[in-house]
Formats: sequence, structure tokens, C-alpha cells
Amino acid sequence: MERLTIITGHYGSGKTTFALNLACDLAAAGKAVTIVDLDIVNPYFRTEDHRAMLESHGVTVISPPYANTNLDLPGLSAQIYGAFERAGEVILDVGGDDAGATALGRFTRQIEQRGYEMLCVINARRNLTAEPEQAAELLREIEQASRLKTTALVNNTHLKQFTEPKTVRDSLPFAAEVSRLTGLPVRYTTAPKALAEQLREIPNLYPVEPFVRTPWES
Amino acid sequence: MAEKVLMKGNEALAEAAIAAGCRHFFGYPITPQTEVAAYMSKRMPKIGGTYLQAESEVAAINMVYGASSAGMRVMTSSSSPGISLKSEGISYLAGADLPALIINVQRGGPGLGGIQPSQSDYWQATRATGHGDFHILVFAPSTVQEMVDLVSDAFDLGDQYRMPAMILSDGMLGQMMEPVVLPEASDKPLPEKPWATNGTKGGRPHNIINSLYITPTELEQLVFERFKKYDEIKDKHQKAECYLTDDAEIVVVAYGASSRIARSAVNTAREQGIKAGLIRPITLWPFPDKAIKAAVPTAKQFLCVEMSMGQMVDDVRLAVNGAKPVAFYGRTGGVIPTPAEVLDQIKKSGGAE
Repeated sequence: MERLTIITGHYGSGKTTFALNLACDLAAAGKAVTIVDLDIVNPYFRTEDHRAMLESHGVTVISPPYANTNLDLPGLSAQIYGAFERAGEVILDVGGDDAGATALGRFTRQIEQRGYEMLCVINARRNLTAEPEQAAELLREIEQASRLKTTALVNNTHLKQFTEPKTVRDSLPFAAEVSRLTGLPVRYTTAPKALAEQLREIPNLYPVEPFVRTPWES
Repeated sequence: MAEKVLMKGNEALAEAAIAAGCRHFFGYPITPQTEVAAYMSKRMPKIGGTYLQAESEVAAINMVYGASSAGMRVMTSSSSPGISLKSEGISYLAGADLPALIINVQRGGPGLGGIQPSQSDYWQATRATGHGDFHILVFAPSTVQEMVDLVSDAFDLGDQYRMPAMILSDGMLGQMMEPVVLPEASDKPLPEKPWATNGTKGGRPHNIINSLYITPTELEQLVFERFKKYDEIKDKHQKAECYLTDDAEIVVVAYGASSRIARSAVNTAREQGIKAGLIRPITLWPFPDKAIKAAVPTAKQFLCVEMSMGQMVDDVRLAVNGAKPVAFYGRTGGVIPTPAEVLDQIKKSGGAE
């Protein structure tokens, strides 16, 4: 069995964008990939929005049964239990903050049995977690709610379409400080694909496609 | 200038209210506005403010009434069905000449409707947030930054004219993220409220906050005075953005999230040689009829675009007053029109070669 990767972090830190990119990239590398939309908090802007795109890349998508309907029912699909048994790469896109991570707690046993990597997405330009201490505090709250341990950080600092190379470069000290405070490595620093060439000097750079858009940006 | 940060529309509303000096929030959870309350619950205790999740929307709006009576800068927020529940309280606020900020992050209706974005509460916001002869101020931001900017305007104008103010948002604007520059916390003192019931200190006579008037003529006189005030507001405080309207033959009128879609369609129309423009009302009450009238001379056709079955279109027709045809295009129930659909309507409105 291959990896189980859990994506957590602050609301709007870019968890879904990172999860979608990871799923597509692993699928492009020939892996069998399953992505689970585990967001029970956010009504819009979620993995389920991108089902057609993901399926066209050969990714299996498991979502809450009422995602993107008019119902405010944060139910989780029983299919999720099956996901922990699946061969191939499994990605859990978790809802924001400790509130979103609460949903993980229900699967702690299955997750620990399979073995996991839990990534915490941080963004130096995201209000309320823009200070390293705030980001580290939220990371601890997510661990408490999920009863799982974070294994690494993903520095996903961006300002949506206003992201410049400087936005990413200026975030490196922030990520280093969160890393120092938490004792966790920075697994990746992301950058929009269009800027990746200019940021080659950054170690573990992960170019991402900004899939999450408003209706007038498409 | 402060650094830009990413915020959800709902969070930006809450943070802007705090920056504008609001220290009292009373609410009740409902999707898609919940982040406003969630944000307040995190922030208010840290800054010596009050966050209270009431037992219902009705309770929350009456707590707002109490805090406003005592002269506090106060707010509540909800989504469509919750605003209907608050409507009795909003009428009482208007009847007692009390300022307060009310946020409506609109979702599909009627009834429980649904949790997806909508603009079908325009009539409610501008015509009937409660019973009786009154208006409230209604602001319609279209970006997260504008939410931040309009919150302080809404508080200030509400205080100046002693009346409730509403930010009419929608689920899309509330949930999406954009970079914003947050305002510095204002150090200017909030306006004096000599009418507030905040203690006589053994000196001044008692203030009374009330919306009950025993004699009909006294009530009539008071309503007359309020309507004089409304006339002054209509004259002085209309706000709209006019985009490419100087020579526009097809004038699209849209507010909030649908104005973002309409702008995208207008840009594409211009690329295709169609003289399209956009009027984006920023105040919905007072409705910016001056901006609409100014576009009449070049216009061949107006096109109102809304996420509803057509509500603001009534105000556009009143402003145009039969001088030019006014068409309507909308999606409803939580469905968002696409830029391509709006472009199609622009072409049907006579913009095609």
C-alpha cells in the first residue's frame, strides 16, 4: 500500500489547490490516486467542484453526499472507510482549522493503521495565521482536534492572482520560523506555475496550477 | 500602506467592523454567513468586546436594539431566512431611530431555499425589511476590499442619520477570498450620542428609546420628519460605479457578485466592438437613479442582470422612466449566471452586428 497524505491548515490557506495539484501530479506519474473531500465546514470552493477535471486525470473522487447541493448537511460518505483499504495514493483534503480537522478524528484508527503523512498548509499572507506564532498555534489545535500528528509543512504563500515572485520569496523566513517553532520540516514551497521558472533557487519548489477560481475568473 | 492579506468576504466584514469601533456582536449561525460570527467569536474576547450567540435571530436583533439604545456601535449578521426573522426588530430599530449594522449574506429562497448564493432579497432590503413607513441604508459591495470600505461608511452614515444600515452581500462574495488592505483601527472618537440611554449621572433628564406613539398626529409628524431625512439622503448619498458608460449603447446594470460577471461580459463585448458599459449600484437604498439617468442619452437598451427573477430591474425601470427599453436576465435558486450567458444577452439586446 502506498502513501496516505492528509492535507490540513487554516481556512483559505490553499489546502484544496495543493491537494488537487498533488492528485493530478501523482496520477500523471502513473499512480492510482484517490482523493477524499473531507470538508464538512465550507459550503463552497471545495474538491468536489473539480470532480470532472480530476476524473479526466484518472483520479477517483470521494465526496460528502450533499456537497454542492442546497443542503447544509455535513455528512460523510461511507466510501471513505473503503479509501483506507485502497491500493495506491490516497489524499484527504480536510476542512479548515480545528473545526474541519474534527472530521478526521473519526478515522484516527484507520489512519494510524495505514500509516500517514499529515501536511499543514501555511500562508504568510492569510489573515490571522500570517504570524508564525499564529500558524504554529493553529497547527497544534488541528492536531488536538484530529488526534494525529503533523509530519511536515507546505508553505503555500500566495495572494491569488496578485502573487509575485517577491510574495513567495518574502515568505521564506515566515516558513522557516514556523518550522523552528513546530520542529517540522518544510516539505514544499509552492509557486504558481507561471512564476516557477523565476523561483528555481527555492529548495523543494512545488509549482501549482491555481485551479480554485471564482465564476468570473474562468 | 499596510500589507495586503488574503481574506474571505465574511471575515473581512467582521474585521472591518472591529476596525470601525464595533465591540458588540449578536448573532445566530446560518450558512453562508457563519464566518462572520465565527470570526467575531475568536476576535471579540481578545479586544474586550462582546460576542454573543443568541438563542435565535429574533433574540439577536433585540439585543442589537438594546446595545444601540445604550449608544454602542453594534452589529448582527445573518443569511436570508434569518433576516426575515429579524425583520420585526429592524422595524423597531427604525421606529426608534436607532443605528445598527445588519449584514445579509444572501442565499437562495424563498423559505429555507438553499445555501448557494443568491440576490433574491433585494426587494426585502430596499422595500420591506419590516412593517411600516421606513427605509434603511443598503450597501452592496462587489469585492472583498469594498466590503471592508463600506462597513465604516455604513456605521458612520447610520450614526449620522440615526437609522439602521445593511450590507447586502451574497454567498459568493462571503465565501470567496481576495487580497485586501485592512484599515488601521480608527483613533477618531465615535460620534456623540446625546440621545442614548447610557445613564443620566444624576444630571440630564431621562432619555427614552421608544417606537410607540399614542396619538396618530404625533406619529404622522415623526414619519414626515424621517421622510425629509430620507430625501436628504437620496440627494446626497447615492453611490454607483460607472464603467465604460460614456458612449455605451448597451448599459448593463448589476450589483454585487453578478456585477463581477457582468463586467467580464462587458469587457468581452467591447473586444468584439460592441459599445457595452456597466453601471454598478453601490448603494441600493438610496438607489443611484442619477447615474442611471445620466446613461440614458447614449443608451439604446438597458440590461439588468441579477441572481434573482428580477427585482432591482424595477428601480432601473423607474429611473429610466420609459425613455429606453429595459431588459432583464437572471438565474436564481443558487445558480450563478456565466459571463458567456450575459454576453449572449448583450448581443440579443441589439449589440450584435
